[in-house]
Amino acid sequence: MCLGIPGRIVAVTDEHRMMALAEVSGVRREVNVACILEGPIEDLLGEWALIHVGFAMARIDADEAAKTLQALQDLGEAQEAAEAMAEGAKALEGQG
Amino acid sequence: MKYATEFRDPKAARAVLARIAGLADQIGATKARPVHIMEICGGHTHAIFRYGLDKLVHEGIEFIHGPGCPVCVLPMSRVDECVEIARRPGVIFTTFGDAMRVPGTKMSLMQAKAAGADIRMVYSPLDALELARRNPERKVVFFGLGFETTTPSTALSIQQAAREGLENFSVFCNHITVPEPIRALLDDPHMVLDGFVGPGHVSMVIGIHPYDFIARDYGKPIVVAGFEPLDLLQSVLMVLIQIRDGRAEVENQYARVVPEHGNPVSLAAIDDVYEKRPSFEWRGLGEIDRSGLRIRAKYRAYDAEETFGIGYAAGPRVVAEPEGCACGQVMTGRIKPTGCAQFGSGCTPEMPLGALMVSSEGACAAYWQYGGARISEAVE
Ligand code: SF4
Repeated sequence: MCLGIPGRIVAVTDEHRMMALAEVSGVRREVNVACILEGPIEDLLGEWALIHVGFAMARIDADEAAKTLQALQDLGEAQEAAEAMAEGAKALEGQG
Repeated sequence: MKYATEFRDPKAARAVLARIAGLADQIGATKARPVHIMEICGGHTHAIFRYGLDKLVHEGIEFIHGPGCPVCVLPMSRVDECVEIARRPGVIFTTFGDAMRVPGTKMSLMQAKAAGADIRMVYSPLDALELARRNPERKVVFFGLGFETTTPSTALSIQQAAREGLENFSVFCNHITVPEPIRALLDDPHMVLDGFVGPGHVSMVIGIHPYDFIARDYGKPIVVAGFEPLDLLQSVLMVLIQIRDGRAEVENQYARVVPEHGNPVSLAAIDDVYEKRPSFEWRGLGEIDRSGLRIRAKYRAYDAEETFGIGYAAGPRVVAEPEGCACGQVMTGRIKPTGCAQFGSGCTPEMPLGALMVSSEGACAAYWQYGGARISEAVE
C-alpha cells in the first residue's frame, strides 16, 4: 500500500484544485499534483511522477519511471494499483 | 544462484552479491552468528521474498522483517471501531482495499459489508471526497491508514474539504509514523539488530534526517533503499560497509527519488492537519509513545473519532489478540512466520487469524506465497 507507481501527467483538469489527469499503468485517472508543483501547472504536462493513492508525490525522470514500473509489474503491484483504481471508480457509482 | 537470472541486470546483481559475500566473510558473519539487518518497509519485505534475496545473499546475512506494513500493525480494536462507524445509520464508510480482510474481534470490514454495511473500497481519499460531494445527505467517512507516504494525501484531502466547506466528510485517523516503533525496537533488550534498510517512499516524504537518532543514539547504520532488487542488494552492501568500517550513518541509496529534507508541500500539510497522539496502540507491539497522529482541533469537524465519539475520543480500549497468534513476535523479528503455531493451520489467507497473513506486505503472507527462506529458528 505504501508504494508509489509511476504515472505520466497528460492533461490539466482543474488548475484551482491542482488536479491533473495522469496515465498510470495504462489507466487514466485524476490526481492531485500539489506536492510536485514548482511553477505553472502546465509545466507538468508530459512529466513523470510517482503516484500514490491519487497524489503525485515526487517527480521522476522517464528512465526511472520505466525501471520502477518494471519492478512493480514484477511484484504484482502495478496490477494491484490498476485494480484499486477501478474499484475506486465503482465505489463512486455505489457498486463498490 | 538461479534467482539472479530473473534480475533485469543479472551481471550487476551477481557482482553485488559477490561483494556482499566478501564483506560478510571479512566481518566474520556466519550462519550461526549472522548479521541481523531489519528492513522496515513491508514493500521491501515483499520484494525480498519475491526475488528470493534472502536465499541469494551470503548465509551470514539474516533479514529481520520489521513492522512497516500499516495493515499488519492495525490493532483489532481499531477494526472493531471501523465496523462500528460503518454500521451507524446514514454512513458510507470508505477504505483502501488492503484493510478489508483484516480480522476484528467479531468481523472484518469485508464481513460487515456482506452483512449490509455500506462500505466501499476506494483508491484514494479523493474518491471519498467525491462521494461526499455526490451524497450530501450521507456521512462519508474515510479510513485514514498508513505511514508517512500516505499521511499527506489524507491531510491534503481534509484541507480540500475545509476549503469547500464539505460538512459530511470525516476521517477515522489511524496514521502512524516510522521512527517511533524503530526506537521502541532498539530499546527492547531482546532485539538483536545490526543495521537497517530504510523505507524509500516514506523517506520521499520525510527525508532522511528523522533517522538520525538510529545512527547517533544507537550506533546502527541505516540505508534508505529503493524497491528494485538491485536497490535492496546495494543497500545491504552499504550497511555492511558501514559495519566493517565501524561507522554508523544515515545513507541514501534512493537519492534519485528521496530528497534529503523530504517533500516540503507534504510536510507542511501534515503539520497543518495533524498532531502527535500521546500514544497509539500497535497490533502485537502494544502502546508506543508518540507513534500515531490525530487531527488537530482546528479540523475537529473532520475527525470521525470526535464526531462519532469513538476510539481514543471515548477513552483507550485494548483488546487482547486471539490466542496463539504470534503476530507481535513475528513483527519484532523474534520468530519467523513458520515459528507461529497457527501458521498454515489456524491461520491461512482464506481464514486469517492475524493481519500479517492478509496484507500483501505481511511477512506471513509472503512466507505463504513464496515459501520460507532458510527456515530458521527464533532469533533469541
Ligand atoms: S501465522 Fe497468522 S497468527 Fe501467526 S503470526 Fe502470522 S498472521 Fe499472526
